[in-house]
Amino acid sequence: MTEAASTSPWDPASEHLLRELAPQVLGVIARRFRDFPSAEDAVQEALLAAFRQWPREGVPENPRGWLIHVASRRMTDMVRSEIARRDRETVATPEDEPAVEPVDKMEAEIEAEMDPEDTLILLFMCCHPALSPSSAIALTLRAVGGLTTAEIANAFLVPEATMAQRISRAKQSIRASGVPFRAPAPQERGERLPAVLRVLYLIFSEGYASSIGATLQRLDLAREAIRLTRSTRALLPQDAEVAGLLALMLLTDARRRARTGSDGELIPLDQQDRSLWDQAEIAEGTALLTLALSKGTVGLYQLQAAIAAVHDEAARPEDTDWPQILALYELLLRVAPGPMVTLNHAIAVAMVHGPASGLDRLQALDGDERLSGHYRLSAVRAHLFEMLGDFQQAIHHYRTAAAGTTSLPEQNYLIAQAARLDDAHKEPPNRQAPSES
Amino acid sequence: MKYILMMNTMRAGAGVPAWPKADLQAHIAFMLNLNRDLRDSGELVQAEGLSFPDQARQVRAGKDGVPITDGVFPESKEFLAGFWIVDVDSPDRAYAIAARISAAPGPGGAPLNMPIEVRPIMSAPPPEML
Repeated sequence: MTEAASTSPWDPASEHLLRELAPQVLGVIARRFRDFPSAEDAVQEALLAAFRQWPREGVPENPRGWLIHVASRRMTDMVRSEIARRDRETVATPEDEPAVEPVDKMEAEIEAEMDPEDTLILLFMCCHPALSPSSAIALTLRAVGGLTTAEIANAFLVPEATMAQRISRAKQSIRASGVPFRAPAPQERGERLPAVLRVLYLIFSEGYASSIGATLQRLDLAREAIRLTRSTRALLPQDAEVAGLLALMLLTDARRRARTGSDGELIPLDQQDRSLWDQAEIAEGTALLTLALSKGTVGLYQLQAAIAAVHDEAARPEDTDWPQILALYELLLRVAPGPMVTLNHAIAVAMVHGPASGLDRLQALDGDERLSGHYRLSAVRAHLFEMLGDFQQAIHHYRTAAAGTTSLPEQNYLIAQAARLDDAHKEPPNRQAPSES
Repeated sequence: MKYILMMNTMRAGAGVPAWPKADLQAHIAFMLNLNRDLRDSGELVQAEGLSFPDQARQVRAGKDGVPITDGVFPESKEFLAGFWIVDVDSPDRAYAIAARISAAPGPGGAPLNMPIEVRPIMSAPPPEML
């Protein structure tokens, strides 16, 4: 790096800058050295070096150049030690030798190699169908999100060494699958985009969930997901589903401050303090959605965003336009059928046509092997029995659901619902114990 | 999804199993290998072995919260010998790991076929509450 380069002070925006630069730098290094897995490690080391040095020494004038320089030097070191290792074992033939060039000479050329599509290429690579969802999530957060292994491990509450292995294995799978470092062809892009959007949505859901009673030290995955989806939208501005996903995230995240109480307990939508909803996020999400829907092809994320928007635009729960929500769930059942959609559809039916109609719908689901015995079926049933005024059935189903969930906040919520009804609608003492009558 | 895999195989008063040295070594090597594999696969959250039951104390709060300890357990009582917490992509993967633990080698290298209790850890994201 040129000496005496001027710097600017480190501030919160610098951290954002670093994360934004990470995939650009990785794109350059991966293409240059034709080795994505090693390039990814080298960029991670460069990021860690920046996190150590920049807060102390200031942000360099050309931060991208700084990162490329450090990552290239690391790559060159790795390549040299690999050649040395092979030289000790065999005599290396010239074509075995990867390109090693003096770092200073490379820099200007590398800057010219910047490709605006790099981030997109990386995103498709990290969300490769050969990877399990958990591997794809971890790799996406590191390679595209510019997060450190420690941050990702902390967000998922696993040891750093375990997360490092998960990422390393994900890269081995990518290497083994032989994907070249280039943008997928238009048709392939269309086929693989749903997997990319799913990974982004999973990151968001995980973050939205872990924001409950979470300590401030835990990385905010929901914000990271929104940031990554924003970048994706900038790269694919014409895609209605990318916009739909971003809208869905914003319209859901808008309710973040209202969805938990002071002790971290879940607050259902109809009891939330709506003045706590983030109107800026709602406005942005709604505008994005309106634009996306005008493009004609309606997909899974746009429909879910549309449902979230209908909830968000109601000033009071009783103002909710349930007929519109029901119509949207009917579309969703056609576009993306699934047991959870069917369940939510039954709730909408109950809100429009009454709880008895909703319960009739649920009866049909008892034969659905994906859902029968699933605790969510009991949870919805409990809710509808409560609406119907059959409190004993409601209590029974709330408790059945509570025993089946693997989410602690949800379990607490369901147990509390049963207790609330039990307290309010206690049967007369002489009828309470059947053995006495 | 996180699961805990519990090996409830210790009995009060049974003491250390008297296996031939080679068999004990094989058992220990098996467990070390297993833990290394789980770390390498990016699935291990934590693995711990627990002390023998004679170190166990049952504690209750007495008056004013003063601890009252009791350390005499019936001979038949089973104790947790050790546990693994894994973060895996499916329940089936958790069961497969449990089956591998179950078949740890015992005397003469024969699989022990220990019962392993597998339970989800309450860590799932809650759905939106309507």
